[in-house]
Amino acid sequence: MNSTEPITSPPKPEHTFRSLSGVYAREWVVKTLLAVCSVLSIFVTLAIIYVLFFEASRFFEADEVTFYDFITGTKWNPLIGADKHFGVWALVSGTLWVSLVAMIVALPLGLITAIYLSEYAHPNVRAVLKPTLEILAGIPTVVYGFFALTIITPGLQLLHGGFQTFNVTGAGIAVGILCLPIVSSLVEDALRAVPRSLREGAYGLGATKFEVSTKVVVPAALSGIISAFLLAISRAIGETMIVALAAGTRPHLTIDPREDTQTMTGWMVQMALGDVSNFDLSYLSMYAVAAVLFVITLLLTFAGNLVRTRFREEYQ
Amino acid sequence: MQQTKKPSPKRSMAVATPTKNPAPSVSSMISISDFCAWYSDFQALHNLNLEIPEKRVTAFIGPSGCGKSTLLKWVNRMNDEIPGARAEGSISLPDREILASSTDVVALRRRIGIVFQKPNPFPKTIYDNIAFGPRLHFSGLTKSDLDDLVKWSLQKAALWNEVKDRLHKSALGLSGGQQQRLCIARAIAIGPEILLMDEPCSALDPASTAKIEDLIFELRQQYTIVIVTHNMQQASRCSDRTAFFYEGKIIEEGATEDVFTRPKEKQTEDYVSGKFG
Amino acid sequence: MNHSKPDKPNDSSHPLDAIRERCPSKDRKTLDRLFRLFCIATASFTILILMVLLVSIVGQGVTSINWNFLTHYPEPDPAQAGIGPALWGTIWLCVTCGVIALPIGVATAIFLEEFKPTHKLLRFFHAFIQLNISNLAGVPSVVYGILGLTLFASMGGWFGSTNEPTFEVGVRYFDQFYSAGDRALLVPVEAGDPPTIATLDMKALTSDREWVTANVVKSRRDIPRDPEARAFAIVEGKQAGRISKPSWYYMRLPFGRGVLAGALTMMLVILPIVIISSQEAIRGVPNSLREAGLGLGSTRWQVVWNITLPASIPGIMTGAILAMSRAIGEAAPVLIIAGVVFITSNPSNLMDNFTVLPLQIFNWSGRPQHEFRDLAAGGILVLLCILFAFNAAAVLIRQLTQKRLS
Repeated sequence: MNSTEPITSPPKPEHTFRSLSGVYAREWVVKTLLAVCSVLSIFVTLAIIYVLFFEASRFFEADEVTFYDFITGTKWNPLIGADKHFGVWALVSGTLWVSLVAMIVALPLGLITAIYLSEYAHPNVRAVLKPTLEILAGIPTVVYGFFALTIITPGLQLLHGGFQTFNVTGAGIAVGILCLPIVSSLVEDALRAVPRSLREGAYGLGATKFEVSTKVVVPAALSGIISAFLLAISRAIGETMIVALAAGTRPHLTIDPREDTQTMTGWMVQMALGDVSNFDLSYLSMYAVAAVLFVITLLLTFAGNLVRTRFREEYQ
Repeated sequence: MQQTKKPSPKRSMAVATPTKNPAPSVSSMISISDFCAWYSDFQALHNLNLEIPEKRVTAFIGPSGCGKSTLLKWVNRMNDEIPGARAEGSISLPDREILASSTDVVALRRRIGIVFQKPNPFPKTIYDNIAFGPRLHFSGLTKSDLDDLVKWSLQKAALWNEVKDRLHKSALGLSGGQQQRLCIARAIAIGPEILLMDEPCSALDPASTAKIEDLIFELRQQYTIVIVTHNMQQASRCSDRTAFFYEGKIIEEGATEDVFTRPKEKQTEDYVSGKFG
Repeated sequence: MNHSKPDKPNDSSHPLDAIRERCPSKDRKTLDRLFRLFCIATASFTILILMVLLVSIVGQGVTSINWNFLTHYPEPDPAQAGIGPALWGTIWLCVTCGVIALPIGVATAIFLEEFKPTHKLLRFFHAFIQLNISNLAGVPSVVYGILGLTLFASMGGWFGSTNEPTFEVGVRYFDQFYSAGDRALLVPVEAGDPPTIATLDMKALTSDREWVTANVVKSRRDIPRDPEARAFAIVEGKQAGRISKPSWYYMRLPFGRGVLAGALTMMLVILPIVIISSQEAIRGVPNSLREAGLGLGSTRWQVVWNITLPASIPGIMTGAILAMSRAIGEAAPVLIIAGVVFITSNPSNLMDNFTVLPLQIFNWSGRPQHEFRDLAAGGILVLLCILFAFNAAAVLIRQLTQKRLS
């Protein structure tokens, strides 16, 4: 093709147009395949619900357990002795304790870090802090478990002799560090979604940066922040490896954060580790506990997503 | 009310003492000399010199991108928030240099209010929007102080009658024109001396624009107003003095009537007669 | 004091003229400065945590790392133990999981982003899938582990147990005799056959895969002295042991606690991540490109295949790499599927028992002895290096392709 060639009339089509029926047939096949893949996600959800609740129902059919005792009981000793108790509160309290400690660490630190990143930080500082948080977010949970066991807990024991080798606080702090980047990045997204014009309006009225951040930006992003908090709590409740390593294996109600405890996820791991026969009662209890965990985290995730979508609509 | 009236010697210059009948003074409120401004490497403004008279409306006109908004935002240091923005030269009030690094920008913005191009009410109630500034700046405010202040500000902004029954509803429910008047009310609630308006009507419909123009006309009795506008009718209707900006320079400056009817410069004449822009 | 209520709108005096005594901005600015310092302290604390974590792990783990550590199996003696099978298990799991999860995830993302229906009911269905995916992303990974255990490993008991699978392919069974000369002689059998009993003129395979006729003798006294003949001598009536030789494509139902069950479970964990990141990548393609394609008479799929997908491949790949690094680091679901088992060989087929790096780390971390913790730290170092390489690849792809579309 030479550009200097004189422009001639367009080449005559030697063939007629390709028949479209083949194109449409392929379109239909592809679309169906894609739709099947999408529907798979719904099947996954249904499978979770079916498996957890079907196996849990087999657990409740056993003579030793009643649903009422399971939901209200506070003693959990299904393995040893003739007098077996299946009171899920012993495990739930462990989970709540660890999550509480985690949130005491993660929520304030994450919120402040997010405010700093979004409102204060110089681009150079951001260039250091943001990758740091991304690295923290990318570290596998088993590493945090190791960290809790070998650094945090000995550190706590150095500060105060009463901490046991496995304890709620050490595991909780590690879970908190795990949740910190989640909180900070979600909150930062929420803060950045607040329009610049609102900040300008407040600066124009003579507000300091602190006042702009706390009185205008944070309130305007409140639902996004709450949603981030809910998702972080849900993540902390479902966290497994850290508590399996650092929280201990003794399910009991305790108010002492220096003691060991067992969480719902910790129990599941213990069951998976042990070579329990398939139809043993304590093995089935794993499904009941998983169902409780699933319901709690699902409600939290659902609430978090709901709050966040409502927040998006506020600024069109 | 526990507050007693005390003379404030330090601030005597800063505080505007409003009078019922402003004297036809033409003393300069803001003087700009040899002012240059940059965004990173791009020089947005070149050697500006301008006097902005007290209790008059000064309009900045010119095609978009000519630097008029940039200058406006330097007057109350809004550009401090923009990375890479810097300036040389001088912008000064009668008692202080605005650009000096020692200038307290918070105190400065209390004296120089600003209204933006797009109405930006906070996602709070109407009442809380007005009360936001006073709550920051005044200590020991009682509920009735605030109530009075909110009412006064909304009356000044000609919005009171429209919103008096829904003060505690979200400000985001107001129409665009109402929101912009709310922003003006919010700005005057802290008692500034100068009001900067950055194309306050560009996002509004003609009816709302007319209301805001009336409002500007009322407010000039009490405030020094600087308004940036694209709309030449607006500049000629409600300003006393006009400065024409082109490519970062002030081409012509003078009484509005003179600039519009007897422009000295060819570029000004072309612009006001609609040949470009 | 004289504080008159403004009754006229044009009353020009500011109501606060009476109390012009203003709150000094100095205090507020001090507060602002303090808060900034507080923020900096908090942010530095975050960096400090990362530093302490990395330094402590490097300090403990760097001495463990050597060639032995990377290739040996986790022997009980800490000085000899290594992460060989765990490393191979991680590779097997990661590849299998990626091969399954990525096509499904990208297909779902394409369907959700590019085939938005117009009918009201279908739109509702679309939104439901979207909501469902974001909820699935919030399900704890340990729950997926339990789902995988039931659905893939044991298949709810519908196909029998792992030891007696209903369906299997790619495996051969042998009855193994030990001759008087301690050589293994293998007799091929079918899975359900009764145990072979040594008979006269029995044909068997040696370990070198050669057919020989076993020298079956009546009683122990008849065993020849000559070592050559002794090698294939078996006493009549001797019982054999059943062994299986799976080939690389060995497949059975149920899957058992093997690589495939682990990979499918991990697929469930990373599927929402793949979908969401691919959706974001596809959404980043400007609409004008799509319209240009449709305007030329392309069908939706032709637009996707020729325009949208090529343009969004970098973003999809970045998301895929990050999802795979999640799969590599995730331990809880694999722990539920595979348990902590002592594994001395690398996996050789999809049904094989396996362990992965995070599990090996978990196993060693839980032991009280100091030597094992050092091994765990060494394993963590290897794991972090792999993840770092993955992330670096993702960043590189992002950097190389960022400016192409804009």
